[in-house]
Amino acid sequence: MDKQLDLLQGTLDMLILKAVSLGPLHGYGVLLRIQQISKDRLEIQQGSLYPALYRLEHQGWIASEWGESENKRKAKYYRLTAAGKRRLQAESEKWNRMADLIAGILDTKPEEV
Amino acid sequence: MTYWSRLRSWWGNLMRRSRMESEMDTELRFHMEAYAEDLVRGGVAREEAMRQARMEFGSVERAKEECREARGANLVESLVRDLRYGASNMLRAPGFTAITVLTLALGIGATAAIFSAVNPILFESLPYPHAERIMMISEFGPESSRSRVAFHTYRELAERSRSFVTLAVTKIWQPTLVNAREPERFDGQFVSAGYFRTLGVPPFLGRDFEPSDDRFHGPHVVILSDALWRRRFGSDAAIIGRQITLDDNSYTVIGVMPSTFENVLVPSAELWTPLQYDPGNISDSQTREWGNHLRMAGRLQPGASIDQARRELKAIAGNPAPDFPRPPWASHEQGFIVNSLQDDVTLGVKPALLAVLGAVLLVLVIACVNVTNLLLARGVRRRAEFALRTALGAGRARLIRQLLTESLLLAAMGGVAGMAVAQLGVRALVALSPAELPRVSSIGVDGPVFAFGLGITTLIGLLVGLIPAIRASRNEPQIALQESSQRTVGGHRRTRSALVVVEVALALVLLVSSGLLLRSLHHLFAVAPGFEASHLLTMQVQTYGRRYDDDATCNRFFAQALEAVRNIPGVSAAAFTSQLPLSGDSDIYGAQFENASNTEDVAPAFRYGVAPGYFETMGIPLRRGRLFNEQDTLALPTRPVLINESLAKRRYPGQDPIGQRIRFGGAPNRPWDIIVGVVGDVKQTSLAVSQSDAVYVTTAQWLWADGTRWLVVRTRGDAAALAPAIRQAIWSVDKGQPVVRAATMEGLLAASAAQRRFALILFETFALVALMLAGAGIYGVLSGSVAERTREIGVRLALGATHESILALVIRQGMTLTGVGVAIGLAGAAAAGQAIAAMLFGVSPLDPVTYLGVIVLLAGVSAVACGVPAMRAMRVDPIVALRYE
Repeated sequence: MDKQLDLLQGTLDMLILKAVSLGPLHGYGVLLRIQQISKDRLEIQQGSLYPALYRLEHQGWIASEWGESENKRKAKYYRLTAAGKRRLQAESEKWNRMADLIAGILDTKPEEV
Repeated sequence: MTYWSRLRSWWGNLMRRSRMESEMDTELRFHMEAYAEDLVRGGVAREEAMRQARMEFGSVERAKEECREARGANLVESLVRDLRYGASNMLRAPGFTAITVLTLALGIGATAAIFSAVNPILFESLPYPHAERIMMISEFGPESSRSRVAFHTYRELAERSRSFVTLAVTKIWQPTLVNAREPERFDGQFVSAGYFRTLGVPPFLGRDFEPSDDRFHGPHVVILSDALWRRRFGSDAAIIGRQITLDDNSYTVIGVMPSTFENVLVPSAELWTPLQYDPGNISDSQTREWGNHLRMAGRLQPGASIDQARRELKAIAGNPAPDFPRPPWASHEQGFIVNSLQDDVTLGVKPALLAVLGAVLLVLVIACVNVTNLLLARGVRRRAEFALRTALGAGRARLIRQLLTESLLLAAMGGVAGMAVAQLGVRALVALSPAELPRVSSIGVDGPVFAFGLGITTLIGLLVGLIPAIRASRNEPQIALQESSQRTVGGHRRTRSALVVVEVALALVLLVSSGLLLRSLHHLFAVAPGFEASHLLTMQVQTYGRRYDDDATCNRFFAQALEAVRNIPGVSAAAFTSQLPLSGDSDIYGAQFENASNTEDVAPAFRYGVAPGYFETMGIPLRRGRLFNEQDTLALPTRPVLINESLAKRRYPGQDPIGQRIRFGGAPNRPWDIIVGVVGDVKQTSLAVSQSDAVYVTTAQWLWADGTRWLVVRTRGDAAALAPAIRQAIWSVDKGQPVVRAATMEGLLAASAAQRRFALILFETFALVALMLAGAGIYGVLSGSVAERTREIGVRLALGATHESILALVIRQGMTLTGVGVAIGLAGAAAAGQAIAAMLFGVSPLDPVTYLGVIVLLAGVSAVACGVPAMRAMRVDPIVALRYE
C-alpha cells in the first residue's frame, strides 16, 4: 500500500500543478479538474490531495489565497507561481522522456533483441 | 530580546498556529460539503451524501497530520500535543506513573548525588589558575609510598631545578590565640615564601609573603583566611599591619586571603606564617632542617611537562652537588615522585569513589531496566489503543514519537524528583563522608550536577522508551485487535524476561560487592587494636606561652595536670603520651640495634614518649620484663626503653631482649639505651595496617619536653561524660592551656575505618535498592505471564494437571530467570570484586561465603517474588479461565 502511495505522490504533484496551471482552483476544484481532464479514469484519494497541496505550497510552486466559491462560500484558491511553472515544464519533459523510454522498452519484440 | 518581545513572539506563533488550524478545518470542511452538494445534485439524499463524502475523503485526522507535516515546522505542535496526550495518559494510570517516577527519581537522584561528590574531587580541576601545572614532589617511602621531604632537599631542588616557576614547602602549624574566656587553637600552616605563588592565589588584602619574610629568625608575620578575618576581626580592612598574639608571640598581620581561596592541602588552615628554617646548617644532619617532614609543591613552567620535570629531578637526584651534601636518608637514590596536586589529594579516596560511582551507575541501569519493563507491560495493556491509532492513520514513526515523548515526560518527572533526592543525598553524603575526603566544601548540587542530571534524564527517557516504542509500534492492527493473539505477547514476554535476567545479574554484582565490603569491615573490627578501647577518653593538651619553652617547667605542668586528673572521681587511671594510636599521628624515629651486624643500620619505629602508668591506663599488656615507674622519669645515665612484641621477636629471635641495648633518636654517637620490657603490639596508623614497631621512653627522658601531649583517661562510667571535669582539672593547674580534640577511643576506632564504612553504607544502600528492584521485576514479569496464561493454565487444570504442578510451573519459570541472571552476574561480580580489591580487608574478592550468602538471598527474594503469582495461578478456576476472553 505504501509503495502505491509513493508512486502516486510524484504523479499527483504533477497533476495538481497541471490542474492549477489552467487557472486558480480550490482544493475540490483541483480534484474535479483532474477527474475531468482524465475523463474519470484516474481515481484520486481525496484525503491525500491536501497534504500534496500543502507540500507544493510549502515548496513555493503554488500560492494560495482565500476567495469566494461559485456558491458564495469562503474557499482557498491555489494558483501556479513562476517557479511552479518552470517546475511543471521540467517535470512534464522528464515524464515524457521517461514514458517514451519505458514504452519503447515494453514494445520491444523478441526478434529485435 | 526583552521579555516583552519574547512574549509577543510566542503569542504571535500561537495565534498563527491556531489560525492555520482553523483554516485547514475550513478548507477540508468546504471540500466535503462541496462534494456532498454535488452528490445531492446527482440525486443522493443529504444524510447519505455527507456520509459518503466523509468516507471517500478518508481519515481527516491523518490528512491534517500530513498537511501539518507537509507545511513543516510541525515538530513543536505535535510535541505539545504528544505531551498533552502523554500527560492525560499518565493521569489515567496514576499507580504506574508513581512507581515509574519514583524508580527513576531514586536512580537519577542517587547517581546525581554521587556525581556531585565525585565530580569536584576526581574530574573538575582544582580551583587554581592552571591547576594542572601544580605538582607535588615526594621522596620514595617504603614500598614506593610517597614520603615527605627535608628542608635542605627543597633548597637543593629550588636552586638546581629549572622546570618549576616556584617551589614551596609547608607543614602544619597549630597556634593558640588566647581570648578572655578560653584559649582557642587554630589550624594553620608554616609555609615557605612561595606557597601562595605556587598555588597561584594572592591575598586580596595586604601582601603575599616575600623571601625576606622567610628567613631564619625573620619577622613574625601572618596571613589570615577570609573566614578567620570575618569571624575574629569583624572584616576590618584596617587589620593589615596590626599585631595579634599567637602562642605568646606578637605577629604582624600582612594579608588576608580571598573568600574563594580553597586550600586543598590543609582545608582547615586559617593562618599562615613563614617557615623560617635555617639554610645555614646543611652539614649538620641532626637538625629539623634534615627531617623528612615537609610537603613540597611546585608550579611547572608554562610549556614544561610533568615528564620533563620527572626527568630533570631524577637527573638532579642522581648527580649530587658539592654545595648540597646529603645525609643517608636523603640520598634520593630512587629519585623523586612527581604527581599532580589533584592526583596527590585524591590518592587515598580514588578507589572508593570510583567504586561507589560504579555501584550507583549499576543502580541506575537497574532502575532503567525496571522502568523499561513497566513500560513494556503497559504497552501490552495499551495494544488496543495503539491499534486504534494505527487504524485511524497514525504512522509508525508517529507512534514511536508519541511513546518516546511519553517516556521522556516520565524521565523528566523522575529527573525533577531525582534532583530533590540528590539534594537530600548530598546532605547525607557530606554527613557520612570520612575525614580523608578532600574538597568536601565544594560538594553540592550545582551547575555541572544539574547538567549531568539533565543529560542522564534525557538519555534515560530515550533508552527506556525505545524498546517499548518499537515493540508497540510493530503491532499490526488486525492482530492486536484480536485480543487473544499470543504472538506479540510472546515477544513481549521474551524481552521482559531478558530484562529481568539483566536486573538479577546486576543486583548480584552489587550484592556481592557490598557483601565483600561488609565482611571486610567485620574482619577489620575483629582485629585487636592492642589495647582496651572501651571506657577510654582521649584529648590533646598543649602548653601555651614562652615560659614553657623551659623543659622542666613544661614537664612540671604535665605532671601536675596528670595529678589533678587522677584525683577526679570516676577516673580510674590516666597518663600522657606523645602520640596516640589511631589519632593520625605518625611520629617515627630511627632505631639502631647493638646486636645487629651493622649498627649503622637504622630501622624506623614509632616513638612514644609516655608517662609511667600509660600501659596500665591503655590496657597494653606486658609480655616480658617490667613497665615504667616513677624512677624512670629521673635523669639516669642509661635510658630505659620498652619495645613492642613483634620488634622483639624479629630482632632477638630465641633471645631475651631484656638487657639488650638499642640507640633511639638523637645523635649517632649518643649512649646506648637499655631494653627493660616488652609490651604487646598496638595498631598506630589504622586497624588495617600491621606496621607496629615501637619504642617507648618516658617523656622526661626524651631529647626534649613535648609541648603537646595526649591525655588518656580510663573511666569507670561513661567516658565522654567526664570530658568537662577533666578540662577543668587541667585548667586548675594553668587556665591558659588549650585542651582540644577530646574523643573516646571507641570513636577513634570507628573513625579509622570511616572510609570503608562510608563505601559500605553506600554499597549496602545501593544493593538493597537493586535487590528490591530485581524482586519487583521478577514479580512483574511473572504476574503478567500468569495473567496472560490464565487460559492455558485453565486448560491444563481441566486436563487434569494438579495444583502443585501449576505452582511448580510458575516457580520454575521465575527461578529459571533468577538462575540465568545469577550465572551471568557471577562473572560480573568476580570482575567487581577485583575492582574493589583495594578496599577489602581479610577477605578474598572471590570469598565463597559472600557468594553463597548472596545467591541464597537472591534466591529467597525471587522465591517470594514468584510465590505470589504462583499462588494466583494455582487458584485459577478452569471454568472461569476457559470463559475468559
